Amino acid sequence: MNAASALLQIEAARKSFGAVPAVDGVSLEIARGEFFALLGPSGCGKTTLMRMIAGFETLDGGRIVIDGVDVSAEPPHRRPVNMMFQSYALFPHMNVERNIAFGLHRQGMASGALAARVREMLRLVQMEAFAQRKPESLSGGQKARVALARALACRPKLLLLDEPLAALDRKLREETQFELRQVQADLGLSFLVVTHDQHEAMAMAQRMAVMRAGRIEQMGAPRTIYEAPETRWVADFIGETNLIEARVREVDAGAIMLDAAGGVHRVEAFAQAPAPGEAAAIAVRPERLIVSAAPGGPNEMQGVVHDSAFVGGVTQTRVRLSDGALLRVAQATGAAAPERGARVFVSYAPAAGRVLTR
Amino acid sequence: MRARGLPRGRRLALLAPFAWLIAFFAAPLAIVVKIALSRAATAQPPYEPTFDVQQGLAALLESASQLSLESFGVLFEDSIYLDSVLSSLRLAGLSTLLALLIAYPLALAIARAPQRWRPALVLLAIAPFWTSFLIRVYAWIAILKDEGLLNHALLALGVIGEPLRMFATEGAVVVGIVYSYLPFMVLPIFNAIDRQEPALVEAAMDLGATRAGAFWTVTFPLSRPGIVAGALLVFIPALGEFVIPDLLGGSDTLMIGRTLWNEFFANRDWPVASAAALALLALLLAPLIAFERAQMRREGAS
Repeated sequence: MNAASALLQIEAARKSFGAVPAVDGVSLEIARGEFFALLGPSGCGKTTLMRMIAGFETLDGGRIVIDGVDVSAEPPHRRPVNMMFQSYALFPHMNVERNIAFGLHRQGMASGALAARVREMLRLVQMEAFAQRKPESLSGGQKARVALARALACRPKLLLLDEPLAALDRKLREETQFELRQVQADLGLSFLVVTHDQHEAMAMAQRMAVMRAGRIEQMGAPRTIYEAPETRWVADFIGETNLIEARVREVDAGAIMLDAAGGVHRVEAFAQAPAPGEAAAIAVRPERLIVSAAPGGPNEMQGVVHDSAFVGGVTQTRVRLSDGALLRVAQATGAAAPERGARVFVSYAPAAGRVLTR
Repeated sequence: MRARGLPRGRRLALLAPFAWLIAFFAAPLAIVVKIALSRAATAQPPYEPTFDVQQGLAALLESASQLSLESFGVLFEDSIYLDSVLSSLRLAGLSTLLALLIAYPLALAIARAPQRWRPALVLLAIAPFWTSFLIRVYAWIAILKDEGLLNHALLALGVIGEPLRMFATEGAVVVGIVYSYLPFMVLPIFNAIDRQEPALVEAAMDLGATRAGAFWTVTFPLSRPGIVAGALLVFIPALGEFVIPDLLGGSDTLMIGRTLWNEFFANRDWPVASAAALALLALLLAPLIAFERAQMRREGAS
């Protein structure tokens, strides 16, 4: 992506609260029409970064450019972004219609155009029947819709969404996820969503940045990050992962040989080119591990079944290796579930592992 | 209220507040009503008829037939009562307005102060209550009188050439009322602002409102219940205030509380004083009931 097509550019943004750095040199770019997610555990600085974009926090360093204009020093009301707040922050003394019209009134929009825009927004979020209701009489999902309509009414260049689905129950959350995605695609706007929920981020975003302790740990398409994590931390944070401690023995053209779990493992993928003798972790997703009663698989490890649980489509089994490590295995339900205490062999294909040295 | 079907203990517990209201509100009120319907007399107590239960029912009925509305008529004949009420309304209204103008910024500043400062600031706002009300009003005499602190200070600074007449004026009464009742205005307004979600102001600014715009469109309208509560808490006691006009006001400062006192103790006309007190009560209840109604309508609408 070149700078001209980027809608939002953040360059080395920094912000500290007292001595604690909340955002520690973050740079990223969001393209026009892109759905981008900032993902990270609480306290990682993702909310602070979003508030810096909205103008609620000043920058200690770096700059924020929106559509070619440096807005680093602009107050919130002069930035071409709008925000959907986590609590929705609907004005309790105004009905749905007046909530949505709030920003348009501030712009001084003529009453005819204003009424038309409000109707359009009500239709967009399917809340026409609730125009005269006060926020307190709305359900959580309805409030979320009004908050979205209010934030979109002014046609911002970039919409910021702060944990937009956190207050909804699971079923509603999934529905709303797809609706948000639909609205974003229909309007062709850039969305930046902040969330701690990786499923939410992966389901909605085209690209995402995983944040940790004020820095971006990894950035890319959700699928890439899931399949090719660059650090142990990302591998562990995104989805479930087994990190098998290992030491690099040999680096070949096509594969890496490692000492791990009492044997020699052959792994084909790596994040950073490792050197012989270096300590590393082999990341293997639970669904890529194979449990078998008989030996003979690649990268084989011996262990004892610790426990096993049926969770719908998959059966999750934990296997205790002789060195004490616990491996999580997910198998499609159907195969006979291994019994507790049974001696088993766990293996994985060389292409299923990934060597991480950071 | 449905008391039926309640366990006996609960019924007794419900009875307690009723007993309290009857003993300390309804009964005294009935006595005042009765005195208001009597006639002044040079006797002990200074009105007649007096009800003597020992003389039997016939005597009681005979006494009751002597009751009249005469004292209420006096309230309309002598203009001093109406003047006192109007003057009280004016001074209490002015005081309430000034208290609001001072209390609102104060409450806003406390509510917007850092979290860890807020409890201390609230405590400071009500700190004056730890000293006797009377002493604090007396202190204002020392400040406002002709050779008082304020005049001395102004003379010393050369702002004025001769002492200003501040003590024993209506202005002094207003100052005294505003000062004394300010915390009653600050606390409900602070509460109404403090309860607002901070994200509301941010949402307003995010949607294009300036800081001032966000205040007038969001913070202020949402603090209205606090303003109404504070205004009632200041206006009602200020209307019947006796001590402040007596200590700080001049001989020409008319307030209904003072007029009542004169009626009771200088003129010893208890019936007229009682009638005036009842008229004042009715006057005060009207806005209160209107407020209650409005409140209930608002809650009913939601």
